Amino acid sequence: MLTLLFDGIAYGMLLFVLAVGLAVTLGLMNFVNLAHGAFAMAGGYVTVLLMDRAGVPFLATLPLAFLLPALVGAVAERLLYRPMYKRPHLDHVLFSIGLVFMTVAAVDWLVGSQQQIVKLPLWLQGRFEIASVGIGKYRLFIIVVCLILTLMLQWVLGRTRFGSRLRAAVDDPRVAAGLGIDVNTVFSVTFAVGSGLAGLGGALGAEVLGLDPSFPLKFMIYFLIVVSVGGTTTITGPLLAALLLGIADVMGKYYVPQLGAFVVYLLMVIILFWRPQGLFGRGATR
Amino acid sequence: MSAAQSIAADRRWRPWELVLIAALAISWFAAGNEHSLLGNEIAIFALFALSLDLILGYAGIISLGHAAFFGVGAYTAALFAKHVMPDPLVGLVVATAAAALLGALSSVLVMRGSDLARLMITLGVAAILYELANKLDFTGGADGLQGVSMGSLLGRFEFDLYGRTAFAYSLVLLVVGLLIARRIVASPFGWSLRAIRDNRLRAAAIGLNVDLRLGAVYTLAAAMAGAAGALLAQTTGFASLDVLDFHRSADVMLMLIIGGTGWLWGGVLGAIGFKLMHSLLSAWTPQYWTFWLGLFLVVLVMVGRDRFFKPWTWFRKS
Repeated sequence: MLTLLFDGIAYGMLLFVLAVGLAVTLGLMNFVNLAHGAFAMAGGYVTVLLMDRAGVPFLATLPLAFLLPALVGAVAERLLYRPMYKRPHLDHVLFSIGLVFMTVAAVDWLVGSQQQIVKLPLWLQGRFEIASVGIGKYRLFIIVVCLILTLMLQWVLGRTRFGSRLRAAVDDPRVAAGLGIDVNTVFSVTFAVGSGLAGLGGALGAEVLGLDPSFPLKFMIYFLIVVSVGGTTTITGPLLAALLLGIADVMGKYYVPQLGAFVVYLLMVIILFWRPQGLFGRGATR
Repeated sequence: MSAAQSIAADRRWRPWELVLIAALAISWFAAGNEHSLLGNEIAIFALFALSLDLILGYAGIISLGHAAFFGVGAYTAALFAKHVMPDPLVGLVVATAAAALLGALSSVLVMRGSDLARLMITLGVAAILYELANKLDFTGGADGLQGVSMGSLLGRFEFDLYGRTAFAYSLVLLVVGLLIARRIVASPFGWSLRAIRDNRLRAAAIGLNVDLRLGAVYTLAAAMAGAAGALLAQTTGFASLDVLDFHRSADVMLMLIIGGTGWLWGGVLGAIGFKLMHSLLSAWTPQYWTFWLGLFLVVLVMVGRDRFFKPWTWFRKS
């Protein structure tokens, strides 16, 4: 029971790191980016390929799994996404689905469609017990890393100058621009960091979630659940939503395996029907 | 011109519409034994895309889960034929009613919230149904429902191997769907939908019951999608998880975008265009055709649909 809870928390933390970039994109620019999972997949493949082909140790690949998707994100934001912001939501959806299709086929062509396996270093394998609660070492590692990332994010958003600019831009881009905040740059940086975090999440999660070219499609709905249930105005909202989703998913799959992901989807529909702005969202509609 | 007159003017048949309907009829004779199966598929997808057009093009509801109704129609038709009676027309009515019921129920969910919440709810409903069809016993799970044998149409026309009967059946229903949709769109109800799409707040302010009207059109579109799904199940004798899959919803949206939203023939032209593109691309690169599909979508959106299909405007300043 507690082991399940622990696994659920690990899963939820992972989902949070994967989806937090999406929350900011959506909250800041009101852009529905279904292609967010593609950046996560990029990070996963960076780790797997570096370990497999170049023999780089697991830990050393993680910074690269952050940097490379962040770079790709920054370039894609400038070239592809920026002209899209002012368009209607339908265009966002179509555009990002197109991107997803492209990345799925491209990765299939480049690497092959087989499931990729991450060979974890020995010290991360296995599990130990504390007060008869089995704890997977790798799960613990995920929780620790994601916790550090979350705290850092919270600190950056709440305590730094960049964070306050970002929050101002989220609240009202026009007024923020009027105050001399370069909203475009703020957004570029945020998009890049969000993509990088997704990449890092993808790298960390390759072992837990599995990694194959259909990754962006398979987990798209999960990322969107985190964001829509958590709301886009805070960091804690998506965090709690991700934890809830992670725990519900792990528990659901363990206790009622015949229902599969049914529980999660049903929960989401009910929550969104009850509170269309998300559990923790504020009432502002745009 | 008074409002009543301008609505009536919109309802009048134009020559090119009659030509297009005649072209649909001719396509049956032109297809022959070779292309009837393809034609059948196109007709079914055209009907499916038409149903999406009603809610997306006219009412402005973005749905990423329209396959839910398509799938419910397909599964209902297949189950009905297997367990109750093999008559296709009765099965069609039952499947359409089932999809309409689901549409009416889920329309309550779709009323609320922003575009994002709506997107998620439509996606979620389709995903729930997918999981149900996957796990329940009587739907056959991942293997799908096989061995559905259909009775003959009207007791006279057997479904043949080449799909001649199937194609005719689907074409007739497509035309019926077009006529119904045409009548609805040109009615005051149809105009009120466009008003809601363009400005929900103002539409409510002039006294339209926005929720009720959106619910009505959502139910109607669901019924039509259900009919399309039933056609697919009946003419192929098979219903699988594939009918509820996410890519169905994405494909049908793509068809509609290719053909153009907000006019009735968009779905038909889009279905033809999509199917042609699909068969050309997948003949060329069977495994990676989705890449080119994605590229097409990205370019289409970036350039803008109107510009994309009008090459003569490419070098003009907008």
